[in-house]
Amino acid sequence: MSTNPPAKRRAKRPNYLSTTNACKLCTPLGACLAFKGIEGAVPYLHGSQGCATYMRRYIISHYNEPIDIASSSLSEKHAVYGGGPNLKLGLTNVAAKYRPQLIGIATTCLTETIGDDVRMYLHQYAEDTKGSVGLPTLVHVATPSYAGTHMEGFHAAIRAVVAQLSEGGPLTGAINLLPGFVSSADYRLLRQIMADFGLDGSMLPDLSETMDGPALVTYEKIQGGGTPLAAIRAMGRSRATIEFGPTLVATGGTVLAEKFGVPHHRLGMPVGIRETDAFFHLLEELSGRPTPEKYAKERGRLVDAYVDGHKYVFGKRAVVYGEEDLVVGLCSFLAEIGIRPVLCASGGTSGKLEQAVAAVTADTLPEQPQVFEGMDFFEISEMAQQLEPDLVVGHSKGYPLARKLHVPLIRVGFPVHDRIGGQRLLHLGYAGAQQLFDTVTNAMIQKKQDDSPVGYFYM
Amino acid sequence: MDATALKEREGQIVVKGEAPFAIVCNKDSLAGAVSQRACVFCGSRVVLYPIADAVHLVHGPIGCAVYTWDIRGALSSGPELHRLSFSTDLQERDVIFGGEKKLLAALRELIERHAPKAAFVYSTCIVGIIGDDLEAVCRQVEAEYGIPVIPVKSEGFKGNKRAGYQAACDALFRLIGTGDTTGISPYSLNILGDFNLAGEIWMIRDYYRQMGIEVVANITGDGRVADIRRAHGAALNVVQCSGSTMRLADMMEEKYGIPSLRVSYFGIEDMAEALYDIARFFKDPAIMERTKAIVEAEVKQLAVALEPYRQALAGRKAAIYVGGSFKAFSLVKAFRLLDMQVVMVGSQTGTREEYEELEAITDPGTIIVDDANPLELTSFLTEKEVDIFVGGVKERPIACKLGIGFCDHNHERKEPLAGFAGMLNFAREVHASVMSPVWQFVPRKKGAEPTR
Repeated sequence: MSTNPPAKRRAKRPNYLSTTNACKLCTPLGACLAFKGIEGAVPYLHGSQGCATYMRRYIISHYNEPIDIASSSLSEKHAVYGGGPNLKLGLTNVAAKYRPQLIGIATTCLTETIGDDVRMYLHQYAEDTKGSVGLPTLVHVATPSYAGTHMEGFHAAIRAVVAQLSEGGPLTGAINLLPGFVSSADYRLLRQIMADFGLDGSMLPDLSETMDGPALVTYEKIQGGGTPLAAIRAMGRSRATIEFGPTLVATGGTVLAEKFGVPHHRLGMPVGIRETDAFFHLLEELSGRPTPEKYAKERGRLVDAYVDGHKYVFGKRAVVYGEEDLVVGLCSFLAEIGIRPVLCASGGTSGKLEQAVAAVTADTLPEQPQVFEGMDFFEISEMAQQLEPDLVVGHSKGYPLARKLHVPLIRVGFPVHDRIGGQRLLHLGYAGAQQLFDTVTNAMIQKKQDDSPVGYFYM
Repeated sequence: MDATALKEREGQIVVKGEAPFAIVCNKDSLAGAVSQRACVFCGSRVVLYPIADAVHLVHGPIGCAVYTWDIRGALSSGPELHRLSFSTDLQERDVIFGGEKKLLAALRELIERHAPKAAFVYSTCIVGIIGDDLEAVCRQVEAEYGIPVIPVKSEGFKGNKRAGYQAACDALFRLIGTGDTTGISPYSLNILGDFNLAGEIWMIRDYYRQMGIEVVANITGDGRVADIRRAHGAALNVVQCSGSTMRLADMMEEKYGIPSLRVSYFGIEDMAEALYDIARFFKDPAIMERTKAIVEAEVKQLAVALEPYRQALAGRKAAIYVGGSFKAFSLVKAFRLLDMQVVMVGSQTGTREEYEELEAITDPGTIIVDDANPLELTSFLTEKEVDIFVGGVKERPIACKLGIGFCDHNHERKEPLAGFAGMLNFAREVHASVMSPVWQFVPRKKGAEPTR
C-alpha cells in the first residue's frame, strides 16, 4: 500500500476517427434482451439472418441459456422490394411454432435504411389475420444500429412495450419497477424486496427466470417466467413508477407519467449503501412500512464488512467502464468504500454521464474522475496506462486491458464471456454491495499476496 | 417429427434407410424459423480473420464488428492485429450522407497506427444499400500507402454464410499472385481451410516438416500477407474445411494450374489418410517412407492412449450439428473409432454431395438434417436419447438445458482437436462430458427430482 497520498494524475483524451474494440453493443441486441424478460415473448429481428444469430451467440456466451431470436431472414430481393412479405411470413411461422403470447419486433440497420414501414406492415398483417384466434400480441420498436447503443435499444423496447400495451383506468395500488438492464440475480432480488415490503410490484422486464432457468426434462419453447402481459397492461393504473437510470431521458417511466399520470420516481441504480438507502427510503414511503428487519440486518453486516476491509481498498485507483447507468452506480459504490475512480468511460453518449457521476461522488471523492462518453477500449487503454490504476471494473471485454496493466479485473454487468455464472452476479441492494465489496477487497488482497516475494498466507 | 418441423422444412430432414435418399439443401433460411446460420459477412469474417498482420476493418454500424471481436481462438505465432476489432461505427449522418469519407479517414488512421501488411475492408448490410464505393476508396488508400487494400463484398443479406466464403476467396485471390515465388521447393504446399484454432495448424505444419514438405502459405490460420501473396508458387493446395476455401483452390487451379487435395485433419483415419494422400501426390519414396514412420509412431501411441476412453464410451449415443458438413464426416468416423453411435448429424451449409456422402457413412435410422433450428434439434436429441451433442456455442445451451453432454467443436474451442493428438483431446472432451456424475441430478434421468 502506498504511504504517500498519490499525486494528481490526469490523462489526455485521444481523439480517433476509427473505432477499435468498441465499448458498446448495437441497439437491436438491447431490444431483444428487454423483450426476453416478458412472459411468453419471442424477440424477433426484422433484418438479415446474421443479426439474430450473432446476438444469440453473444447472449448465450454470457448466460449459457437458450435464447431464440427469430429473424425475417431478408435476402437481396427483399432489400430491393421491401421486407414486408418476409416479416409477415416470419410472424406467422413464429406464431405457429412457438405459440407465443407476444412477439417483440425490433428493426435493424438494414430495414431502417431501406425504409421498411413496420407499423404499416403490422397494420396490414392485423387486417390479413382478422378473425384468427390465438394470435400473439405484436409490439414493435425502431432500433437502427447506427443510432445509440444496446442500452438505447433496451430502453426503447421497454418504452415501446409500455406505450403500445399499457392502459389507463382505476388505480390498482401496484408499483411499477423499471430497473433497466441488470443481472438475473438482481431481478430476482428486486422482486423479493418488493414482496418483502408488501408491495404489489410490476417489474419490467424480468429476466430472473427466463435467462436463468432450471434444468428441464422437456425443452421449453419459450422459457418460463418474465413479466406477465396482464401486469404490463395494468401499468397505466399503478400508483407509482420507480425507474433506475440517472442518464435516461424518454423512457417507459416518462410514457406512463405523461399518458396516465403515474407518478415517476427516477433513482440511480441501487449499487452500494447510499444508492440502496435511497431506494429503500422510497419503498418505505410507498409502502408505509419500515425497512424489513432482514434488510436492516443485511445493511448492518455490510457496514461491518466495510469496516473490516476498509484499509485494503482505501486510495486504490479504479478504471470503470460500461453502460452509463451502471458506471454511475459503480462509481457511487467505489467512492463510498474509499476507492478513487480515476477514469469513467462508456460507449454510450447520453451527454449526462459526467454530471451523473459527479452527483453521486462529489461529496466523497477528493478529486473528480475523468469521465468520457463515446469511448472504445483502444482509447480507454491509452488513458488507463497514463493513470496507473490498481483495478479495472467492468464487463469481461476489459480483460485484455487488465492483463496489460497487470491489475485485477472485477467482472460486473454484461457480458461476462470468460467466466460462468454472469447471470448470477449480484450488483444491487445491500446483498449486491456485500458481494461486490468482498470481491473487490479480496482482489486487492490477492494481488498483494501474489506479488509478494514472501508468499505470506495471513492477511 | 411433424410436431417440430415447419412444413416448408420437411425436405431438409431425412432419416437414413426410410426412403431413397433425397435432401433439400443450400436454400435460404425460412423467415421466422430461428436458423442457426449467420450471414454473408460472418462467412467472410471467419475465413479472413486469422490473417494476423492485416487490418480487418468492418465498414458499418458497430454491431457487426463488436460481435466478431476475437471471435475465434485463431492463434498467431507473431503479430496479433487480427484480434482487434476495427469498425467505422457508422452513425445516422453517415447513413444519410454516405460513409466513404469516414472510411477513408479510418483506413489512413489505422494503417498509420499499425503499419499492417494489408487491409481488408468488409462491407455490411447498409453499405450495400447506401452505395459507398469501397473499390474506389480502397484503390486510393492502396496507392497512398503501397500495401494491398482489399474490399470484401460481404453485405449480410446477399446470401448465406456460403456466399461469404466466396467473397473471402475472391479477396484472397486478389492477394495471391502478387508475391515473389523464387526459392520455393517443388515439394511444397499451401494449407487451406485451417484456422489454427488452439494451435492446430502448428501441429499440422510439424507433420509436413517431418515429411520434408515446405509449407508456403497458411490460408488462413496463423496467416501472413507475404506468404499468401506467393501462395501461387506452391505445388499443391491441401484443402480442409472445403466449404470455405475449396472455391479458392479451384480458382488457383484454373489460373495457376495448382492441383488440390481435399482432406480432413480430424480423427486418426482421416488424419493418416490426409498425410498419405499428400505423400502419394509427390511420388517420392523418401517422403512416403517418412510419412509412414510418422503415422505409425502416432497411431501406435494413440491406440494405447485411446483404449480406456473407448472402453468407457462404447455404445453411447452422439449427435452432431456443425457449420460445414465436411467436418461432420470426420466426426462420424471419430465417434465410430470410440465405438460410439451417431444418431443425428446435420450442418448449416452442407451441399447435396456432402449429404449424400454422410448418408453413405452413417447407420440406418440416423437423422440427417440441413439448416436445423433449436426446436428441431431438441426434439431429435430427446427422441434419440443422446449422451453427447457436438456443436458450437449456439447449440450448447440446448444440450445443457436438457441435461445432455456437450462438446464444443467450433471456433471458441481452446483444446486442439485436429491431428493425432487432437483425436486424444477429442476423446478426453467427450469422456469428460459423458462420464460426469452430474447427470444423476438432471430431470431427464428417471428418479431425479423435477425442477419445474
